[in-house]
Amino acid sequence: MYKLTLFNAALFVLALLPSLASAVPTIQHWQTANGAKVYFVAAPELPMVDVQVVFDAGSARDESKPGIAKFVNALLHSGTEKLSADVVAERLDALGAQLGGGAERDMAWMSLRSLSEAQYLDTAVNTVASLLQEPAFASTSMERERNRLIAGVRAGNQSPGTIAARAFYQTLYAEHPYASPPEGTEVSLQTITQGDLKAFHSRYYVAANAVVAIVGNLDRERAEAVAMVLVGSLPVGEAAPDLPPVQPLTQAQVVRIEHPSSQAHVLIGQLGMKRHDPDYFSLFLGNHVLGGSGLISRLAEEVREKRGLSYSTYSYFAPMRQAGPFVMGLQTLNEQAEEAIDVTEATLKEFVTQGPTPNLLEAARQNITGGFPLRIDSNGKIVRYLAAIGFYELPLDYLDVFTAKINAISQQQVNDALKRRLNPDQLLTVVVGG
Amino acid sequence: MKKFLIILLLSLTTPVLAAPRTHEFMLDNGLKILVREDHRAPVVVSQIWYKVGSSYEPSGITGISHVLEHMMFKGTENLEPGEFSRLIAANGGTENAFTSRDYTAYFQKLGKDRLEISFRLEADRMRRLVLDESELTRELRVVTEERRLRTDDSPQGLTYEQFNAGAFVTSPYRNPIIGWMTDITSLKVSDLQNWYRRWYAPNNAILVVVGDVDPQQVLALAKTYFGPLSPSTLQTVKYTPEIPQRGERRIVVKAPAQLPFLLMGYKTPTLVTAEQPWEPYALEVLAAVLDGGDSARLSRTLVRGSQVAASAGADYNLVARLENLFTLSATPTPGHSIQELEQGLRNQINLLREELVNENELARVIAQVIATDVYQQDSMFYQGMRMGILETTGLGWQALDDYIERIKAVSPEQIRDVARKYLTDDRLTVALLDPLPLNGKPPGPAALSGDALLH
Repeated sequence: MYKLTLFNAALFVLALLPSLASAVPTIQHWQTANGAKVYFVAAPELPMVDVQVVFDAGSARDESKPGIAKFVNALLHSGTEKLSADVVAERLDALGAQLGGGAERDMAWMSLRSLSEAQYLDTAVNTVASLLQEPAFASTSMERERNRLIAGVRAGNQSPGTIAARAFYQTLYAEHPYASPPEGTEVSLQTITQGDLKAFHSRYYVAANAVVAIVGNLDRERAEAVAMVLVGSLPVGEAAPDLPPVQPLTQAQVVRIEHPSSQAHVLIGQLGMKRHDPDYFSLFLGNHVLGGSGLISRLAEEVREKRGLSYSTYSYFAPMRQAGPFVMGLQTLNEQAEEAIDVTEATLKEFVTQGPTPNLLEAARQNITGGFPLRIDSNGKIVRYLAAIGFYELPLDYLDVFTAKINAISQQQVNDALKRRLNPDQLLTVVVGG
Repeated sequence: MKKFLIILLLSLTTPVLAAPRTHEFMLDNGLKILVREDHRAPVVVSQIWYKVGSSYEPSGITGISHVLEHMMFKGTENLEPGEFSRLIAANGGTENAFTSRDYTAYFQKLGKDRLEISFRLEADRMRRLVLDESELTRELRVVTEERRLRTDDSPQGLTYEQFNAGAFVTSPYRNPIIGWMTDITSLKVSDLQNWYRRWYAPNNAILVVVGDVDPQQVLALAKTYFGPLSPSTLQTVKYTPEIPQRGERRIVVKAPAQLPFLLMGYKTPTLVTAEQPWEPYALEVLAAVLDGGDSARLSRTLVRGSQVAASAGADYNLVARLENLFTLSATPTPGHSIQELEQGLRNQINLLREELVNENELARVIAQVIATDVYQQDSMFYQGMRMGILETTGLGWQALDDYIERIKAVSPEQIRDVARKYLTDDRLTVALLDPLPLNGKPPGPAALSGDALLH
């Protein structure tokens, strides 16, 4: 029989690369008259259109009212002054259109998937436009959404993973806007008024604060019309102000939270990086080896494969407007928590001190570059990239140069970035369990 | 509004998209191959499906299909443990596997000219797996952690598990896919060897490929790697069918939680078990009348209308090997009891038994079915998944080709008929999650502030 080696596989992958360049979609970009940024990729293969409208209106803008960004976003689905929530729902369902939305720390968004024929798309886009522009904030829907959001907070209270994530952000970000949970707290949700919601909407759901991403079976002219209908009537407004920079923790910290679970949920990490960070590609590539590549990553090898301590073991950088976190996570039987934490910390320490082995680094590079076409193989994936490119103001050729950037990173750059950016002696460790 | 809907209905009946081309082949050793061309991106999804899952498992070894799925990454006569994953990664691929009641499936996503590595490796582990004792010991620890994560520490996961165990008395659907904890920890290498030899053979597998490929080239590649594998003599699995239910069953699950949770399941036929072929389609439309979008009845009446439910859903799956459940699931809003919620859901079921669904509701269901059929083609993985599930449940990958036509043919009377026949109290199992205090404190606002949790 045969015996494959990594060396052979590497040759195959390198041979593959040149043919893939043509697969990268062409991004068109313009601004609406009132200043919203639009990003568009024509995809005529399927008779459908995906749209995302993104605002800098995430929970980082909550200020003293944790949960308000999510509250406002949820109410966008509850109708307008002229159209009740029932009428909106009936109209979109009758078109076969799918409406989505949400708010995390940086972004708040609405998404629409529709058939591309004018009779469906035009009505769907018109409906979403009125939801964005003239939400009703009626008191009945407000109380309903408040109760649903509170139910969401309670669901988090019974989940050790959610409790750990909340405590991790709360401790790491302390006084920074990223500290508070996007879902809010039960107390803060109770205090939010109709006036608060309206004020938040008028301040942040404005053209200067908006990005529109469109992918699908339409030409530039129709895409321009879609963008115009969606956000063209929004007030110009102002872009949200810059968020304050984040201060890193200056010493190691451990937070332990009692929870009646058989497993301890462990999050270990520190401040990571911004979306615009000179070390972005070095840290992305380095983390792929450490904990970003599933079962073959260093953390999975040590924690899961060698010791059977956890089902899910991973690490990631979550790059955001300001420095997002670097997180390593696992869940293990309470009695094994200390062992798992020791193994994780030792793995990180060795990784930062010595850097990834050349073989592992090259394997990670091959995986990322060889797998690049998989990142953009559907309209649904491309529209999310467009939204991120627009929101974080990444270069328009971001997708074109992605593999070249990864290929250009040297071993030295990775080792150096890991040493400068990760400090194994100043980690935040959160343990939720019994 | 009504006029608007009728116009839509007419235009939506025109087919918007030509059906994707699918090619079927069979190797001499019984391996079925399905290839669907999708040339939108230079990538390919390769899936191998085995007709085995938790519903094939006898008592004492529940969870063995899922443990074997984990062990399939632990090396063969030709590969070291973990080498499979390293080779796929080095070729730019992503991979994983999943186990369900009726099937176990493995997949890779790759650049289109990397398909060979997938076939070489999958053919190798189909017949030459090495099951090592120390590897199994470690992996059983991993699977018990997986079980704790998904079920033991999840109030809703626990409720689902006890709900199924109570709703089914003799059907193998009573067992969780991941298996009972004591069964998992007592599995031996010999158990897994027997399971592997019994089910992992080309004549019990379906190879599904979707992507930017040439079907004849896929066939040639499959012949090279899977062709030499020998078939097995497959034994039919013996299992006890579900005994008829004789009255409503109620289950209470006590677990540390803050949010009550309700599950209601009615025994219903599937496309495999139905005596009347139209009935599963009528149940499918009925589920959409309740939960097909924000305009559907559960959202309109329970979430927005009475505001009793924070969320409410209906779930029916017409593709399953054995008699299954039509399930309603819901969480109450703070201030409303789970009893009010149950009554609200029962009222909705009663209404379906008593009154005919109106034409506008049906028009919306059909519009969504037609649109969803287009949207699903944006995912190559989903296209493959649908074919794989249809094959492993014995229906055949073409079984839903007339899905839209069958859905359109469902009449309001048929919906009322299946509601009267199947959504009855005597076929019903109700499970309630009864929250126990978290951290020794009673549920409610006092235990909720972020500060209180930090001690």
